[in-house]
Amino acid sequence: MLLRLSDLAIARGGMRVLERVNLELGPGQARVLRGPNGIGKTTLLRTVAGLQPPLAGHVEAAPESLVYAGHADGIKATLSVAENLRFWAQVFGKTDISDALDAFELGPLSGRMAGLLSAGQKRRLGLARLLVTGRPVWLLDEPTVSLDRDAVAMFARAVGAHLAGGGAALLATHIELGLEGAEPLELAPFKAAPADLDDFDEAFL
Amino acid sequence: MIALLTRDLRLAMRAGGGFGLGLAFFLIVVVLVPFGVGPQGALLARIAAGVLWLGALLACLLSLDRIFALDWEDGSLDLLATAPLPMEATVSVKALAHWLTTGLPLVLAAPGFALLLNLPGAGYGPLILSLLLGTPALSVIGTFGAALTVGLKRGGLLLSLLVLPLYVPTLIFGAEMARRGVDGLDYSTPLLMLAGITCGTIALLPFASAAVLKVNLR
Repeated sequence: MLLRLSDLAIARGGMRVLERVNLELGPGQARVLRGPNGIGKTTLLRTVAGLQPPLAGHVEAAPESLVYAGHADGIKATLSVAENLRFWAQVFGKTDISDALDAFELGPLSGRMAGLLSAGQKRRLGLARLLVTGRPVWLLDEPTVSLDRDAVAMFARAVGAHLAGGGAALLATHIELGLEGAEPLELAPFKAAPADLDDFDEAFL
Repeated sequence: MIALLTRDLRLAMRAGGGFGLGLAFFLIVVVLVPFGVGPQGALLARIAAGVLWLGALLACLLSLDRIFALDWEDGSLDLLATAPLPMEATVSVKALAHWLTTGLPLVLAAPGFALLLNLPGAGYGPLILSLLLGTPALSVIGTFGAALTVGLKRGGLLLSLLVLPLYVPTLIFGAEMARRGVDGLDYSTPLLMLAGITCGTIALLPFASAAVLKVNLR
C-alpha cells in the first residue's frame, strides 16, 4: 500500500468542503479525481501532499514517498531548462536528468532559458520534474493544462511507465488519458454537509 | 541545501535578480548625505558611522521581499515545502543566500563608502567588524518578516513596518560599536552584545520563520 486516506475531512478557507474520503492506492494504481469546480480537488491534493492539515482523518503514506505538482510549475525564468531540472533533481538527491528530458522531448530545449518557453513547453518541464524526483506517489493537479494533443500523449506515456514501474498516481484532470489501472473517483458523494449553526462564529475567526 | 543555495545565488546574479541593487542604494544614500548636511568634514566624521549603519540597514531592507515572494508566485515554494528539505533548512539557506548577495557586499564596500563620509582612520576596523557581525542578523530577521508577509499583496510595505522595529537592537549596538571605535574608546561591550543578538537570531528565528511559512502556505 503506497497511500491510504481514511475518513479524511478537509477545509478550504475555513469551509469544510469534503468529508469521509476513503482511498487506497497500491503499486500500479491511479485514481482520477472527478467533480465540478470548487468541489475540493486541489484542496484534497494539497492536504494529501502535507501542505495543509486535514480537519479529521489520516493520510498514511511512507515518508518521502509523495511528490506534488500544482497549478504552478515552479520554474525559474532566468535559469535554463536543464538548470531548472537539475536543481530539483539535486533537491531530491538525484543527479541524472536525461531520462526526464527524453520523456518530455525537452532535449533540444535544454539550453534555453525557461522564461522563453511557451506555456505548453513550461508545463512539460514542470511534469518532467516528477521524473527526476524518483518518488513513487505522484499527486497531480490539472497536469494537462495548456498541453497539446501530442504532449498529452507524452504525459500519458510517462504516467503509464510510472505505474508500470510500481508507482501510483492521484490526479485531478478532466481529460481522458486512457491509462491502464486508472479508475475515476467521483468526489460529489463526499461533499460536506452545510455546517451547523453552532460553528457559525468560526467563519469569522 | 547546497543546490538551493547555488540556485538562489545564480538567480540573484542573472538578469532581474537584484544583485547589486542594495549596494547601489547604499552608495546613493552615502553620496546624498554630504549634500544634505553640507561640506563640513568635522560634522561628517562625527555622523559617518551612524549614516553607514543606517544606509546598510535600508539597503538590506530593499531586497527582503524578494526572498520568498518570487518563489511563492511561481509555485516553487509549494514544491520546496513538499521536498525532502526541512522547512527550517530552506529558510536558513534563503537567509544565507540573502546575506551573501546583500549583506556581504555591503560589508566589503563599507570602507570605500566610509571614505566618502570622511570617517576617521581609527573607525574603519570597528565599523567593518560591526557590519560583519550585524548584517547576518539583518538577513535572518528579514527572512522572518518575509515569511510573515509572503502571499500578501503589497506585502513589501508591511514587511518594512514589521521588520524595522526588530532591527533596532542590531542598529543600536552596531552603530555604538562603530562610534566608540571612532572615538578611540573600548568597544568590546557593544561587540559582544551585537554578536549575541546575531547568534540568538540565527539559532532561533529559522524555526519561527518555518512555522509561519507553513501557516502561510495553507
